[in-house]
Amino acid sequence: MTFWLPVWTLWSRELVRFWREKARVAGYIGSPLVFWVLIGSGFGDLGFFFPGALVLTVMFSAVFSTMSLIEDRREGFLLSMLVSPAPRSSMVLGKILGSSTLAWVQGMVFLCFVPATGHAPGAAGLIEAAGAILLIAFMFTVAGFVIAWQMESTQGFHAVMNLVLLPLWLVSGSLFPMAKAHGWVQWLMRANPVTYAVTALRAPLEGHAGVAGAIVTASCAAVLFAAATASAGRRTARTFA
Amino acid sequence: MIVSVENLTRQYGPRTALAGVSFQVDEREIFGVLGPNGGGKSTLFRILATMLAPSSGSASVAGYDVERQPAEVRRRIGVVFQSQSLDKKLTVFENLRAQGHLFAMHGRGLAERMDEVAERLGIADRRGDLVETLSGGLRRRVEIAKGLLHRPAVLLMDEPSTGLDPGARRELWQYVEELRDQQGITVLMTTHILDEADRADRLLLLHQGKVVAQGAPAELKARIGGDVVVLDVAEPARLLPELRARLGVEAAAVNGSLRVEIGNGHRFIAEAVEAFPGAIRSVALHKPTLEDVFLDETGARLT
Repeated sequence: MTFWLPVWTLWSRELVRFWREKARVAGYIGSPLVFWVLIGSGFGDLGFFFPGALVLTVMFSAVFSTMSLIEDRREGFLLSMLVSPAPRSSMVLGKILGSSTLAWVQGMVFLCFVPATGHAPGAAGLIEAAGAILLIAFMFTVAGFVIAWQMESTQGFHAVMNLVLLPLWLVSGSLFPMAKAHGWVQWLMRANPVTYAVTALRAPLEGHAGVAGAIVTASCAAVLFAAATASAGRRTARTFA
Repeated sequence: MIVSVENLTRQYGPRTALAGVSFQVDEREIFGVLGPNGGGKSTLFRILATMLAPSSGSASVAGYDVERQPAEVRRRIGVVFQSQSLDKKLTVFENLRAQGHLFAMHGRGLAERMDEVAERLGIADRRGDLVETLSGGLRRRVEIAKGLLHRPAVLLMDEPSTGLDPGARRELWQYVEELRDQQGITVLMTTHILDEADRADRLLLLHQGKVVAQGAPAELKARIGGDVVVLDVAEPARLLPELRARLGVEAAAVNGSLRVEIGNGHRFIAEAVEAFPGAIRSVALHKPTLEDVFLDETGARLT
């Protein structure tokens, strides 16, 4: 009870807040949707750019909803969590589950546009895709958590977003396939975890097996989750605010 | 005693925020920590709230050490932060419920307790309102309700009056006194507002991380005794030694005026005006305030 009640309360808080700020939904889905339609139509291949655009939606949602941690910790709800007897790990888990649920829901909304891509993944393919989106949402949320916990300001967070996460997305096979990339970029793509996330989603939509991509994504998420729990513990042992 | 602090020190790198602070708070007491900003109040508050570890020394609440047994301490303290710790996008009751969950309260027990604290703090009719729609005074009440929800023995409040209008401030004090009188709760609050400090049962004056005085407000003021006279003069540096030489009165130069603590203020004023015709531009006489106590002990102004 002492562990799961805080998890539940944090998870539901994320959902309630999100529901009350519906503009956020439109914001995170809107720009990837525009990218997708413009780039996809420009190259005459909506199908190829679809998984990448969906991953971008999930990434925006996951990463920005963990950004609230920075403010929350200084003045906000998180302050009272930090002086409550609730275990720190339940706080980490609740926040991460809440944010990944939101990112997943937004990915699923984006998935509704799949008929426009020309792909016909079928029921099994759609279920697989839903699972892949969940994994991706979790991975990006945990990554966002790890980053946010180290940050003193939201400006720093934006810098990481622009200098690290967006470039990773650019070389993830979202915009061009690995086979067409030149020498060192190809190596970069192989080493990039986001590549595997995009693959994990592209495979079921195009009707082939994407287990390898899913396994890499899940492993990345697991490693990041361990880092998140560890850093949350460390940070409190020292000081915060 | 319910709060005990011994030789507490906290350093931030080379800067010393608390330098060997010791004091004790009794049960059912409203204990104020008064000092200028940067005097060490916030650091003390954060150590007692288990948010910050001391560099040395110790602090305990209800017999539990804040550093070694933080979970036990957290169960027994209610914390009211100066900055908002409410989720503005949630309603009053959603905030309270979330707080209850953090303390493993749930179900009917939690619902009843929420009604009880909301009733007591006069926010029951606002239970379904989003916090962002509430005034500053109401928000502070929700914060207090939140802090009291799990029936703490000690309520820690950081600058509770800051940002409140005089009406809300009066109400707040009424609640705080009720808490002490009707529920036997101990309240420890930091403040830099004199009126607020005056209403505390006992006070600790902090300056540059050190305790400069402690005791009941009336007792502290009585130490000065008599009156405080402030002379607004053209040349304080010249008049100061003359006051000593001719009237045997020790004055202190503060902000371009001369300040004198003296048993019989009106007689001194008459003598001074007679002795230094034309040198004194204006004269003020008042009974000692906590500001005077602070000035007397530190030579620095409180605000």
